Amino acid sequence: MLSIGGLNEGVVLDHIEAGKSMDLYRYLKLDRMDCSVAIIKNAHSNKMGKKDIIKVECPIDDLDLNVLGYIDHRITVNIIQDGKIVEKKRVELPERLINIIKCRNPRCITSIEQELEHIFYLADPEEEIYRCLYCDEKYHTSRKKKIG
Amino acid sequence: MRHLMNPLDLSVEELDQLLDLANDIEAHPSRYAHSCEGKKLATLFYEPSTRTRLSFEAAMLNLGGSVLGFSSADSSSAAKGESVSDTIRVISCYADICAMRHPKEGAPLVAAMKSSIPVINAGDGGHQHPTQTLTDLLTIRSLKGRLGDFTIGLCGDLKFGRTVHSLIQALIRYPNIRFVLISPEELRLPDSIRDGVLRKNNQVFREEVRLEDAIGELDLLYMTRVQRERFFNEEDYIRMKDFYILDREKMQLAREDMLVLHPLPRVNEISTEVDDDPRAVYFKQAQYGVYVRMALILTLLEVEVC
Repeated sequence: MLSIGGLNEGVVLDHIEAGKSMDLYRYLKLDRMDCSVAIIKNAHSNKMGKKDIIKVECPIDDLDLNVLGYIDHRITVNIIQDGKIVEKKRVELPERLINIIKCRNPRCITSIEQELEHIFYLADPEEEIYRCLYCDEKYHTSRKKKIG
Repeated sequence: MRHLMNPLDLSVEELDQLLDLANDIEAHPSRYAHSCEGKKLATLFYEPSTRTRLSFEAAMLNLGGSVLGFSSADSSSAAKGESVSDTIRVISCYADICAMRHPKEGAPLVAAMKSSIPVINAGDGGHQHPTQTLTDLLTIRSLKGRLGDFTIGLCGDLKFGRTVHSLIQALIRYPNIRFVLISPEELRLPDSIRDGVLRKNNQVFREEVRLEDAIGELDLLYMTRVQRERFFNEEDYIRMKDFYILDREKMQLAREDMLVLHPLPRVNEISTEVDDDPRAVYFKQAQYGVYVRMALILTLLEVEVC
């Protein structure tokens, strides 16, 4: 049995689809943060069979968790303070994604104006469709892409 | 300060007011002849366009204002690598309002985000062309007497034809409109409009390949050109360009009161023998384009004419 020490202050991201934890690591920019991170791959889950878990030791405000909804809004966020879970949150699809994904439409202005932020807005929450703010190019969330 | 990026930037009520103003300009042009004296319109055209640019310039000159600008990317600072964001910041110091055409989709929105003057999208790639839509709506309302309760056929390049995309988005706000989408398979309406606009708003529509199979039931036929500049491959363009040709024979299948619209320029898709048919209103449509752009300039500059 693998044992990872508990957190004093931070977040535990649970119910991550198995194999997705490294994507989340990058999207949350954890590689650029000076904090302790534990990634657990393929942990046993009664609900999901296998799942990934990420534990991050840092103040909650340091993390932009909005992006989680884009990756998979079934992820559970456990907020830890003084070594205890003080809140369990479900993530939602964010209204906007800024510099999370890049527009691939060669006709989009973002293809030539390099300094522009790549902004996507939530166009259809049911179908989990985002569209580029500039050219309306369509993108599905990672989860929908897989299902589709 | 307001911009116009998309026909939906205006509510139905605002659109009605704008079209009323355009009709008043048509009826009383002299009343508006000095309303923009001392004001300047910048026309920033990064790709060639004769009629849209001249229509904007005619509109501003008719209002007593003046115009400045460029008509291709080669003759602008874009050739030196200047970004749209920087260009608009500079132009904001020179003019009171600007109309921008750009081959890249979303370029006018980028300009609007950085601008301190109203920006009008005068066409961005295959994306939007809202002032053409205003022109189309004014033409339909003025000549049909209503917006709503009709069957409209949209024919030609529905994939890259931005005028069609913008018109559909505007028309779905009016009651009881039936859309017939007439195009070859390769140039069908993109899913962002078919699913994202028509299906999502429970609009009645169907797709056809042959114009002859639909023309008899139409109140309005909106023809479009297959645009060479939208194709990456010349072979595909040549294969598609003469797919539809509206001629006298096909017009005989149409209703007596059907109107033919076209954003112009036309190439082969409407035979010149149709021009004298009273149902062909595409040249009148160009005149309405000037009136509606005059109304838009007045509205965005918040100029009141008593």
